Amino acid sequence: MPEPIVSATGLRKRFGRLEVLKGVSLGAEPGDVISILGASGSGKSTLLRCLNLLEVPDEGEIRVAGESIALRQGRHGREPADRRQVERLRQRVAMVFQSFNLWSHMTVIENVIEAPVHVQRRPRAECLAEAEALLAKVGIADKRNHYPAHLSGGQQQRAAIARALAMRPDVMLFDEPTSALDPELVGEVLRVMRQLAEEGRTMLVVTHEMGFARDVSSRVLFLEDGRIEAEGTPAAMFGNPASERFRRFVQGRG
Amino acid sequence: MDLAFMAETWLALLAGLPLTLRLAGWSVLCGGVLALVLALMSLSRHPALVWPARAFVFVFRGTPLLVQVFLIYYGLGQFRPTLQAWGVWWFFREAYWCALTALSLNTAAYAAEIIRGAILSVPYGQIEAGRACGMGRLTLARRIVGPIALRQALPAYSNEIVSMVKATSLASIITLAEVTFIAQKLIAQTFRAVEIFICAGSIYLLINIAVTRAILGLEYWLSPHLRAAPREPPASEAAHA
Repeated sequence: MPEPIVSATGLRKRFGRLEVLKGVSLGAEPGDVISILGASGSGKSTLLRCLNLLEVPDEGEIRVAGESIALRQGRHGREPADRRQVERLRQRVAMVFQSFNLWSHMTVIENVIEAPVHVQRRPRAECLAEAEALLAKVGIADKRNHYPAHLSGGQQQRAAIARALAMRPDVMLFDEPTSALDPELVGEVLRVMRQLAEEGRTMLVVTHEMGFARDVSSRVLFLEDGRIEAEGTPAAMFGNPASERFRRFVQGRG
Repeated sequence: MDLAFMAETWLALLAGLPLTLRLAGWSVLCGGVLALVLALMSLSRHPALVWPARAFVFVFRGTPLLVQVFLIYYGLGQFRPTLQAWGVWWFFREAYWCALTALSLNTAAYAAEIIRGAILSVPYGQIEAGRACGMGRLTLARRIVGPIALRQALPAYSNEIVSMVKATSLASIITLAEVTFIAQKLIAQTFRAVEIFICAGSIYLLINIAVTRAILGLEYWLSPHLRAAPREPPASEAAHA
């Protein structure tokens, strides 16, 4: 079995009195496309955000590219022991957000080359050329000099995907990438994600898009109440769900 | 009104312009640097940094600038032996340095709040996007938070600079021969308060026209993302923006 690119073991996370994750483990091997499903509040976004340490788990271990992320007990709860390690590993785990979070004061192309140039310190010319190719790939090459405010939601999210790809990450995290979009714009973003999956990229996708989970992902994870309630291949999960709760969850969405 | 007299007065008042500009310029600059430090202190998580910054803002925003000028110029004179022992008497002996200190500390208190508010207004999602790319604190401050906060702070900051230009007139009270001081001297000689103060006011007005125009220009230059798209997008796409 190949070494997972990203794995989590026994994650627990509480916000105040609310325990959001109650011991979750998962691993993504190269080429895995894992859809993480679950109702609102089931902890799926928190799980994803723990993987790149945007949230620090109270318990459990996170490994990225064979390295365990060192955590320690700080004054304000658990915190990374080595900030630089986290900053280094985050470059291998790119994230796409529900609300795009493009930098509003930069054009699309500036957004895309920002991290490669200023974090990874790669030559600007090389980054520009790569960024042009990525923008063409997600279908917004003509918007390269536009500012985010001038783009539709679907275009902004595709720009955000290009920005994530520009880091040359080992794995991509998608946190409900289509939930903030108008229905007619969802398709263009899903098409790009499907293309990435077909290229063999490792992806973890928190989503409510059942079609994407069923047709594109290699594995489906169903979270409920901070635990993994069911997991398996899409065929097994959607064809003959062992979990009554997952069956109801899917039926509830039609 | 005697236009010839006003023209003559205007030229006489211009002799005070360099001092007015120096006071305004240096106090905005020194106060701005101090304000940035204060804002960062009050945004930090350490109580030992937060509380001194808050206390400073509370005191210097809550008391009249005129009182601050008096306290620094006349008040510190009482502690002359101590200040001499510390080797800073040469500084506080000069009305110019006292005025500059009072103006700088005062504007720092106001500007610290402007900067603090601007930094807090940076959308958290954009900061998070930077962190998710592996940006360290410095890169994040330099590339994301700083530029966005600067644009946010400019309109309020231009108000503060305009206030400072006008506040330099208080330096006249401690014998500094800037525009207002010369105006008062001329009035004492001629008893023509209306004409002379109109001339003095017009000089401040002209400075502030230049200041506001300059900052407006800076704002425009820094905010292409708030203007129309480079090439007009189709109407349907503009609707989503």
